[in-house]
Amino acid sequence: MSGMKCRRCKAPAVVEIRRHNASFCRDCFVRHVQEQVKRAIGAYDMFGPKDRLLVAVSGGKDSLALWDVLLELGYRASGLYVGLGIGEYSSRSAELVRAFARARSAELIEVDLASEYGFDIPTAGARGSRSTCAVCGLSKRYVFNRAALEHGSDVIVTGHNLDDEAATLLGNTLRWQTDYIARQCPILPAEAGLVKKVKPLYRLSELETAAYAFLRGIDYVVEECPLVAGNTQLRYKEAMDQLEATSPGTKAQFFLSYLERGAPLFARQDEADLRPCGSCGQPTTGRFCAFCRARAQVTGTRLEEPVAPTTPEAEARELASELAGEVLPVEIYGRAGA
Amino acid sequence: MKVRLRNPDRELEVAGDRKVHVVLAELGINPDTVLVIRERELLTREDRVSDADEIEIRPVISGGAR
Repeated sequence: MSGMKCRRCKAPAVVEIRRHNASFCRDCFVRHVQEQVKRAIGAYDMFGPKDRLLVAVSGGKDSLALWDVLLELGYRASGLYVGLGIGEYSSRSAELVRAFARARSAELIEVDLASEYGFDIPTAGARGSRSTCAVCGLSKRYVFNRAALEHGSDVIVTGHNLDDEAATLLGNTLRWQTDYIARQCPILPAEAGLVKKVKPLYRLSELETAAYAFLRGIDYVVEECPLVAGNTQLRYKEAMDQLEATSPGTKAQFFLSYLERGAPLFARQDEADLRPCGSCGQPTTGRFCAFCRARAQVTGTRLEEPVAPTTPEAEARELASELAGEVLPVEIYGRAGA
Repeated sequence: MKVRLRNPDRELEVAGDRKVHVVLAELGINPDTVLVIRERELLTREDRVSDADEIEIRPVISGGAR
């Protein structure tokens, strides 16, 4: 077996985390992951034991590992799965999410884009003006918020990990997108029609979430989304991985030090007034929200007034501010992205 | 030794009787970006693999808007 020993109990190790200069046996590693999640929840007062959590689950390692940790810690965590209509990939994802929920007797809410909103992601990517990843992210954020409101959830919980956050911060820093940087926080408080959003995995790397899922026997989708090839964020992740290979801890230093020392320097610059979308009632800065406009474009339907033409830059800025959502490198949102 | 690589799926034959990190280096794979699995067990860089082993090398990276 392993020449490495568990840092805590000295049993043979199965996982090595180089940035911590530590190895763990199975049980101690599972405890390590759960402790990191607890630390994240506590650091930002993300939620408490009485809150109703809605965990956005894709069928991938991060979201299922997160749901598992939250259930293990005793939180009231329901899952939300959005059917994106990406062929066999979506079918397989849905099966795995349902099996996970069944095995734990956990509540699972499913929303199918095609049946609820009249389009799927491949169609939206082909017909719309936005990139596939952009319209996918936009749609998911919209559905997350709407479902959380409809089901009385207190918090939306997503599985963004340390690698996701470090890659996003790198992309936004390379362009000095100060307004995006200012919003990059593990917690986005609730505001006018927007449910609070949190990211409890921000202290854990992809290697840690994948190893946790494997060691907990979670069957997750290993295959990458077939539409994501060439995605800009993947390139940033690869660049960060190269830095990490020679200097373990670089990603954590970059992102966690940003939260500690960099974030206070970037005051929020996007305090836009939100009002109900003229079509669906969800919060937006314009008359119609970006989701309704994208949907109208893809399905060939008309909103009450014509969709105003916008530049790619303006569209990218608006998408990033919509729903006070995720912060991703600008070109993921742009026409030329992904 | 048989190696199953994922994303995209393919199989290779490489020499065994070496440590995992040596095999990964030969394949040009950064150890921090994959799980190495043998018979439903995770291997660390310092574990040895033999010619008779079958291992899976599974990337941990994921991308896209989430």
